[in-house]
Amino acid sequence: MDVMPRWVDVVLVPLLSLIIAFVISALVILAIGEDPIAAVNLMVTGALGSTYGWGYTLYYATNFIFTGLAVAIAFHARMFNIGGEGQAAIGGLGVAVVCLAFPWPHWALALPAAMLGGAIFGAAWAALPAYLQAKRGSHIVITTIMFNFIAAAVLNYVLVNILRPAGQMDPASERFPEGTNLPTMHEILAPIGIEFSRSAPLNITFFIAVIACVLVWILIWRTRLGFALRAYGHSEPAAVYAGISPTRIIMVAMLISGALAGLMAINNVMGEAERLVLNSVEGAGFIGIAVALMGRSHPFGVFLAAILFGFLYQGGAELALWTSIPRELIVVIQALVILFTGALDNMVRMPIERFFLAMHRARKAREAGSAE
Amino acid sequence: MTDQAPAIELKGISKAFGPVQANKDISIRVMPGTIHGIIGENGAGKSTLMSILYGFYKADKGEIFIQGNKTEIPDSQAAIRAGIGMVFQHFKLVENFSVLENVVLGAEDGALLKPSLAKARFELMRLSEEYELNVDPDALIEEIGVGMQQRVEILKSLYRKADILILDEPTGVLTPSEADHLFRILRGLKEEGKTIILITHKLREIMDVTDTVSVMRRGEMTATVKTAETSPPQLAELMVGRKVLLSVDKQPASPGETVLEVKNLSVTDEDGVQRLKNVSFTVRAGEILGIAGVAGNGQSELLEVLGGIAKGTGEINLNGDAIDLTGKHSDGQTRRARGIAHVPEDRQRLGLIMDFMAWENTGFGYHNDERYQKNSLLMDNNALRADTAEKMERYDVRPPNPKLMAKSFSGGNQQKIVVAREIDRNPDLLLVGQPTRGVDIGAIEFIHKQLIALRDAGKAVLLVSVELDEIMSLSDRIAVMFDGQIMGERDPGETNETELGLLMAGVTDTETAA
Repeated sequence: MDVMPRWVDVVLVPLLSLIIAFVISALVILAIGEDPIAAVNLMVTGALGSTYGWGYTLYYATNFIFTGLAVAIAFHARMFNIGGEGQAAIGGLGVAVVCLAFPWPHWALALPAAMLGGAIFGAAWAALPAYLQAKRGSHIVITTIMFNFIAAAVLNYVLVNILRPAGQMDPASERFPEGTNLPTMHEILAPIGIEFSRSAPLNITFFIAVIACVLVWILIWRTRLGFALRAYGHSEPAAVYAGISPTRIIMVAMLISGALAGLMAINNVMGEAERLVLNSVEGAGFIGIAVALMGRSHPFGVFLAAILFGFLYQGGAELALWTSIPRELIVVIQALVILFTGALDNMVRMPIERFFLAMHRARKAREAGSAE
Repeated sequence: MTDQAPAIELKGISKAFGPVQANKDISIRVMPGTIHGIIGENGAGKSTLMSILYGFYKADKGEIFIQGNKTEIPDSQAAIRAGIGMVFQHFKLVENFSVLENVVLGAEDGALLKPSLAKARFELMRLSEEYELNVDPDALIEEIGVGMQQRVEILKSLYRKADILILDEPTGVLTPSEADHLFRILRGLKEEGKTIILITHKLREIMDVTDTVSVMRRGEMTATVKTAETSPPQLAELMVGRKVLLSVDKQPASPGETVLEVKNLSVTDEDGVQRLKNVSFTVRAGEILGIAGVAGNGQSELLEVLGGIAKGTGEINLNGDAIDLTGKHSDGQTRRARGIAHVPEDRQRLGLIMDFMAWENTGFGYHNDERYQKNSLLMDNNALRADTAEKMERYDVRPPNPKLMAKSFSGGNQQKIVVAREIDRNPDLLLVGQPTRGVDIGAIEFIHKQLIALRDAGKAVLLVSVELDEIMSLSDRIAVMFDGQIMGERDPGETNETELGLLMAGVTDTETAA
């Protein structure tokens, strides 16, 4: 609606959705006999009250930025890539292969190579569903979700049978060489005199994620490819009329999407675990969907939503640690946020739209009245 | 006649959709036993008004009187009970039911179908005979022509004992002869005392068949006049609010070299149906070739193949060089590079992206153009916006705001954005489909002038339109299509609507001669 100011659309509506989700969460917490105020306190101090908390919050956010951007860019081409989970897992394999292949002398050399490895593996994993969609019309939602399971199985096989060092019980690769260890936020900030928690996993990848947001924004709104991609996303028949090839757009959009999801691995695999373990993605691929929905597929929105979900993750962990609120309830809170900001967006939007419409009409009537 | 109660009287009807006031304080009296025309541009509020009368919408304000009694019409059932029947622009028929079943559908007498059908068959025969509808009750809808389907819609209303019949743009899908047949039926119904409301945007139909005509403009009823006491120019002026030129002002064409040569072009659609059958023709520089025909006879497919949207077989030469019809270079980008511009039939589906802003739509299809690039990586959106602002100025797009979404413009202004984009490329060949469909009269005049100007600049124009008037007044040569074939070519100066109408109905040259 043109009568609704832009800030209402991008700020007020998500904010209201969020508040409703939190209010209902509070009611649930009350219902199980806990104090919601204390719970909020604990979540905020746990996630944002110390550099340790921030270190975790932003570490999770980094994961979600990559997977959120992956979903967002596919959304712009009207494709629902729910295979971020599998693409990130296979991306992890790519990062591991690069890190283990060579005794890297310094992380500054290893990082670009690992990024390339993660991106290529992730993109390759998205390429098959994309090709099936473009050429055979197999629905991308179905194929990408199936590829998540295949990815898990592939990873399982590779870790158990190939990458696991002899004699190790754990289905995980060996530790990456020292030269691949990324600088943590502590190491980055110490030289300039800022004290940052030593144990938090936040590392240099966060900055790469921020740069990725900017690059994705440029790609979508400033390049020919982005133009074609959005055109295809809005109307396939019109895109064909303009001579934009649907096959090309589907392939390119999914390759970029898969590459972004795969890039997440430099944060969790290379930056944090420093080896490849089973289930390293931990659902970040799915959170990316919620992040993209809440961020309205805009890179800046994705950035903010990723931080919110990082906060929920870290705050939730603290909550589970210090109170008798069960871990499952944290998932409920996260689900409520997803539900209200993503699926039930219209529930909040419609009344607000109607309100602004009524205001608009009243203003018009006044103007008409004063004109006479 | 004055002491007789009007069949329908509307008093002060108002209806708003969000910020749009679709109907503003409309009052109208339709006398029984007359044909009352309602004319107005697209978006003037005609359809909204009729939807209120038929119970689809509830008016915000106002009263409805039927045969002098105040009547509430909350839904279409109530409208039917009040004796109102409606024939929609898009028919509401079940394709694989017979005529009889369609007529009975929704008006069954009881749980068992058989008695209803038997009764209906008798009634149907009587009605069909009485009003010369010539409908076979056992024919399947999918097997009968459009004109016949329309008569089934009329029968449905009559079977439900409608005294008042509303027809919404009834001739849009008909050939001229079918339209004439329809008008004969309408006159017959009038003589039987039925009241008919005819909604249309075609002045000729109003003049031909109505007794009284009401003109709507921007949601308001601007005038109600006796048809005999008015003229097309006067009605057009009432519709638009200013004087309009109804005829197209043009000099004789001076055609040059052949620009487009089409040889044995065929198209088969996804279902395996052959839509275009060995079509051959040429278009020369400096002329407009008009393709006439009833919608759905292969014209759309012709434009799609030429524009690079669909694939086909055969041969197309542009300025003497072959054009790729099936391979890698059969897409719209290559066509544009070769100098073919295309104003598509359906601007909302093909020509524009409704959720793109005007400036993005100006670059649409030409986004790889040199002048819209900042460097090899980035587009120059500022240049594109400036170009759009300039085009909007020159092509009189209102409001001239490049940052407005395409969907916020009226049909006419949307079309002007497309026309500006395509014509301004100075193409060797312009493909135009239904250039003025859903476009207000003021914009029609403007778009027609642009097409003539392009022709006079020595370019080739291929015009496809279902509006025979448009074809007749713009074309330098006319080709008529029927069932995927070209039935014949005519000189507009030496033909008439009757002859073209016969060709449109599939009667070939030889048959006409005989």
